[in-house]
Amino acid sequence: MTREHLRILLPVLSLAILLAAVFYLQPRAMSYFGLNLLFNLAIPVALATIAQMMIIMVNDIDLSIGTFVSFCACVTATLVQDTPVLGYAVLLAAVLVYAGIGAVIHLRGLPAIVVTLGTSFVWGGLAILVLPSPGGASPEWLQSLMKSKPPLVPMAIIAATLIGVLTHLLIKRSSIGVVLQGVGGNERALERAGWSIVQLKALAYGLAGLFGVLAGMALVGLTTSADANIALRYTLLSIAGVILGGGEFTGGRVSPIGAVLGALTLTLAASFLSFLRLSPDWQIGAQGAILILVLAIRLLVTRREAN
Amino acid sequence: MSQTTTNTSSHAMSLRDLVQKPWIWAYLAAAAAFGATMIISGGQGAGSLFYAALTFAAFSAIVGVGQMFVITLGPGNVDLSIPASMTLAATLALKFMDSNPSLIVPGLLVAIGVGIGCGLFNFALILLLRIPPIIATLSSSFLFQSLAIWSNRGIRVKPPEPLADFTTGGVFFLPNVALVAIFIAIVAWVVLERAIVGRWVLSIGQNLRAAQLSGVPVNLVRFGVYVTSAVLAGITGFLLANFSGGANLNMGTEYMLMSIAVVVIGGSSIAGGNSNVPGIWGAALFMFLIVSMLNSYGLGAGVRLILTGLIIVTVVAFASKKGYAA
Repeated sequence: MTREHLRILLPVLSLAILLAAVFYLQPRAMSYFGLNLLFNLAIPVALATIAQMMIIMVNDIDLSIGTFVSFCACVTATLVQDTPVLGYAVLLAAVLVYAGIGAVIHLRGLPAIVVTLGTSFVWGGLAILVLPSPGGASPEWLQSLMKSKPPLVPMAIIAATLIGVLTHLLIKRSSIGVVLQGVGGNERALERAGWSIVQLKALAYGLAGLFGVLAGMALVGLTTSADANIALRYTLLSIAGVILGGGEFTGGRVSPIGAVLGALTLTLAASFLSFLRLSPDWQIGAQGAILILVLAIRLLVTRREAN
Repeated sequence: MSQTTTNTSSHAMSLRDLVQKPWIWAYLAAAAAFGATMIISGGQGAGSLFYAALTFAAFSAIVGVGQMFVITLGPGNVDLSIPASMTLAATLALKFMDSNPSLIVPGLLVAIGVGIGCGLFNFALILLLRIPPIIATLSSSFLFQSLAIWSNRGIRVKPPEPLADFTTGGVFFLPNVALVAIFIAIVAWVVLERAIVGRWVLSIGQNLRAAQLSGVPVNLVRFGVYVTSAVLAGITGFLLANFSGGANLNMGTEYMLMSIAVVVIGGSSIAGGNSNVPGIWGAALFMFLIVSMLNSYGLGAGVRLILTGLIIVTVVAFASKKGYAA
């Protein structure tokens, strides 16, 4: 249990330190409005990171999540807006396709990296078909939900907390969540115990698809329009977020709350520079640097723990 | 591996050997795509299509060779920094040459030097900070990308005239860049199949522990592999920028997926330990020809992407044997 706590401590600390630095540089950010502005765009990133976490949990990696979120955003901004029934049916079908991909990967023993690389082309193509040029519009309810101003705590913080707590309950506290982690831990043992690995992998991929859909919808709610390349960077950001949040590539060791914190940290890292009055050229670089820094600290911590 | 090296028996035998080669499917698929394009055009423009295919496949093939060595090292080894290394090397080299023909050789050295630097940085993260290679190369690619943005500042430096002529020109029916890429592929083949270093790379990919115990200098080999990959990315970036009239910040983007795709479609195992060089060229040709085939059928960008993706997945599903996962 202490190990689990230690695992979550580092992402909490890194976010806290970064946030403290931002507040120090710009005290006005320490307000309802400031916090909302800082973390608004972190919500879709956090959802995409949770989606990636579901895949990493079963020892795979998803290189298509960025194009998938883009596709979902395009569908939300066009079909869901114009013909809601068809739109939601398409999004539901997309989740089922994701589950299907998981099942096929397991049944044929395919490398997930390559299959998702192939499907990333497919989602990208579908996104262009749905929305050939940037545009579309956000469904009314979605926009008002994402831009709502609840009393006391900004929407971005409430949403991030909800996502973290709900997925924590699902993955860490429910029996099916523990079994899903087991797929990454010891697949063969689960199979001997009578579980169907195909179904479990399909479930993990299906959950990833579901969170991918939510990420696309949240993104449209914030930006009120979409284009086929809107979320391409999410593929790399989501992998980075999972690892930053204490997850590991093997063994089913992931942390949903950590993943959300990782996503928040990466989003904050990008805007941190503007507070330092540094050139925005370094935005991407700052995310890389923070990733390296946190992983270096993690190495020191785990080494000390081992001694 | 042994049947690939000794093959002096009868003609029928060699044909059977050929069919068993893992890379043959990439060439068959490339030929099929070529044929299908020719059916539409009625045989028109076969020569120019072949020439274009060789040109564009050359860039994929060079980064593919680097990625192949990395992937051969075993599960978890992928170089995601290839696009960023390409962009950074090209940006700095073109900026350094400043369209001056007398600085071509130093310019190439700058590109190679940037590649070495990127590779060293990647490997330092992997070895010293023990960051998993995927994350290490991913986070360093963020830094390289930022460096390229910062040094580029949106200015497009033209390549020196002779160099632009070289990269767009050719000898007889072979583009110069293809000659460079074929040369690199042959060197890579010799290293992988005939040199002790290649055996070391393969043995690490097959069983890291066994390789360590049998005295393979594991870290030295991994170091060499990551630097090689980055250097090849640097060279590709250099050639591509000169070919297309200047470096631009998105020039490497498609090569992240491409470099992995050509390795796997070429019949190398994504789980490592079993790679081949000829397949990379076959797959690189296939990846170009499939797009031009879909183009010649008059399909839009969306449909083209979807079909490309479906074809990649299908090829991988058929080419892979059950029993490994990544």
